[in-house]
Amino acid sequence: MTSTPAQGTPSQGVGLGMPELPAPDYPADVRTRLEADAREIIARYPDSRSALLPMLHLVQSEEGHVTRTGMRFCAEMLDLTTAEVTAVATFYTMYRRRPSGDYQVGVCTNTLCAVMGGDAIFEDLQQHLGVGNNGTTADGKVTLEHIECNAACDFAPVVMVNWEFFDNMTPATARQLVDDLIEGRPVTPTRGAPLCTFKETARILAGFPDERPGAVEAGGSAGPASLLGLRLAKGQPLGARVVHPRDAAARDTDRPDAAPREAGPGDGPRTGPPSASHSSSHDAPSTTSASDPAHPAGPVGGPAGPAGSAEEEEGE
Amino acid sequence: MSVATGELNETSPDKLLAPVLSAFWDEDRSWTLDVYRRHDGYEGLRKALTMSPDEVIAYVKDSGLRGRGGAGFPTGMKWQFIPQGDGKPHYLVVNADESEPGTCKDIPLLYANPHSLIEGMIIACYAIRSSHAFIYLRGEVVPVLRRLHSAVREAYAAGYLGENVLGSGIDLDITVHAGAGAYICGEETALLDSLEGRRGQPRLRPPFPAVAGLYACPTVVNNVESIASVPAIMHHGKEWFRSMGSEKSPGFTLYSLSGHVANPGQFEAPLGITLRQLLDMSGGMRPGHRLKFWTPGGSSTPMFTDEHLDVPLDYEGVGAAGSMLGTKALQCFDETTCVVRAVTRWTEFYAHESCGKCTPCREGTYWLVQLLRDIEAGKGEMADLDKLNDIADNINGKSFCALGDGAASPIFSSLKYFRDEYEEHIRGRGCPFDPAKSTVWADKHTEVNA
Repeated sequence: MTSTPAQGTPSQGVGLGMPELPAPDYPADVRTRLEADAREIIARYPDSRSALLPMLHLVQSEEGHVTRTGMRFCAEMLDLTTAEVTAVATFYTMYRRRPSGDYQVGVCTNTLCAVMGGDAIFEDLQQHLGVGNNGTTADGKVTLEHIECNAACDFAPVVMVNWEFFDNMTPATARQLVDDLIEGRPVTPTRGAPLCTFKETARILAGFPDERPGAVEAGGSAGPASLLGLRLAKGQPLGARVVHPRDAAARDTDRPDAAPREAGPGDGPRTGPPSASHSSSHDAPSTTSASDPAHPAGPVGGPAGPAGSAEEEEGE
Repeated sequence: MSVATGELNETSPDKLLAPVLSAFWDEDRSWTLDVYRRHDGYEGLRKALTMSPDEVIAYVKDSGLRGRGGAGFPTGMKWQFIPQGDGKPHYLVVNADESEPGTCKDIPLLYANPHSLIEGMIIACYAIRSSHAFIYLRGEVVPVLRRLHSAVREAYAAGYLGENVLGSGIDLDITVHAGAGAYICGEETALLDSLEGRRGQPRLRPPFPAVAGLYACPTVVNNVESIASVPAIMHHGKEWFRSMGSEKSPGFTLYSLSGHVANPGQFEAPLGITLRQLLDMSGGMRPGHRLKFWTPGGSSTPMFTDEHLDVPLDYEGVGAAGSMLGTKALQCFDETTCVVRAVTRWTEFYAHESCGKCTPCREGTYWLVQLLRDIEAGKGEMADLDKLNDIADNINGKSFCALGDGAASPIFSSLKYFRDEYEEHIRGRGCPFDPAKSTVWADKHTEVNA
């Protein structure tokens, strides 16, 4: 067991030289801690392999993405090969395969949200943050991606941050949101608990309940749109507006610390209204192999800084 | 309230709607055990435990409850298929992988009322003789995961789960399992593979999950809403349930209205309500616009137009009109929306989510995307339209699972109703629509560039 990063140099081109060396193990103390968590996960299932998905969330909660070390750990705990683990880790979109931001900002661009404004929001955020799809800001705070339908169509357009709901967004509110994240201001989802970091979110996904006081209560019983039919059935008039305020000014009323902002370092270039183009080229498949030298998935202790943003933003 | 007396007839919302699962979502802490019990929570379970397991299966079957996840298969029949006395463990797996575009009912249900699912699961497990059940929740909804964790913990503490449930001698554990982002895992056999720790790819059937499901053991896979409806059926009775809806589509269900409507939201109503009724009571389309096309049950169900406003939204009614009830996800688009753009985006979704196991779907969705992107960008040819139809025809019914059929639906139906719009893109060498006009803020003057 070693705690030093792998010394191997990335393989070059298509040479038929040495295959990649096995991933290094976690440091002993990390390994001990994760083993205890993993055993708890495995105990939930009649068959240990069922623990693989939650365990990949677990290793993601350790390092912010699924590293080769994390996959090796899963393989060893579940008596699988690393190839079997890699096959699973690369199938699911929630597993990140390279270092990414503390906040995963996903803009829904499936048809309904896209039409209702998701495309404009996504376009606008790319310009504002200066990153493309799956790109991370230079400070390592925000990773931007477009996501598929997140089951909140009655709150369209929807933005998810670390898989918490931000409903009824506009380009302006979305910009404000990412600025708040970058500048460390507290951010509260429309429905859900105050944001935690991506790593902390990954731990909840691994099946370890959120123990923060008030986390379960936060957000109330149901969003306004969810109550629409109930209110009508009770004979209550709907009034003019039953959704969350969509404009930035109204949003600011529930954020006392929000003052009119001046241009700050987080402000990217703003180039007028969102482009009217509606190409759908941002959906190119990402590469899938962890052995792809251009997309290293490890090793531990590698550059922790933000990943390059442009390489995976592949056109058609 | 302000409704005039004349409107208080059979078309008023209180007559047309029937909140059951959503009846107390407006109460403080609606997701907690205390509030659930104040609304007859766990009474259905008590009644079920006075019956034999086979009687419970027969009762649910007699109620006529059909699956709310899309296919509409009778829930009681699924339970009945589980072989009894086979010496193998039996499993219940709840499909909470709600990902069908437009579908947004299970997530608010689990957020506001998770105990209805848990009670339903206990009843189902009692009926099929299962002592371990799973909730496969899509991973991308952490607020819901929190409440499921909390509700399961409350249910254990109250003696509804664990050893000797309510003194019945039955043991039951529920495991909450978060997925990791894959639409295909909503397909029941792909879900089982995923729950077993594998890539989520569908299995060949037969054998069906009822015979060889999770860990090759008899398994029932049910949608969240189907299971959550069971406690109310047990408590209020199958006759009460059958008093709503129609003979073949009895009961209540959640309709999700979204898109260019004045007031999007959830509406729980007897099966058979129409989109016209839902729009009339909720304020219609957004002011100054008219309905152009809509989906009755998510993007995988063939789209409808304004000709179909009076189609009864039940399994038979929608089927007879050429589509499927699906998940009752009523996505409404007005005249500012480009059909080609909408269908292209859905098709990109199917291509992205195709698991790659079978060739027609993997290759077909890829080529559909190429053709559609060209057409949308004004680079298409007239012959491409027949080619689209042809490729969709080679996916539909020839794929391993229903994802392929779903991918073909928007193609077929949009070509049927809006072929002229495709041709316009080709002739005019581009899209005639301005996407800015279809945004929610297009008609508002409050949008500012901060």
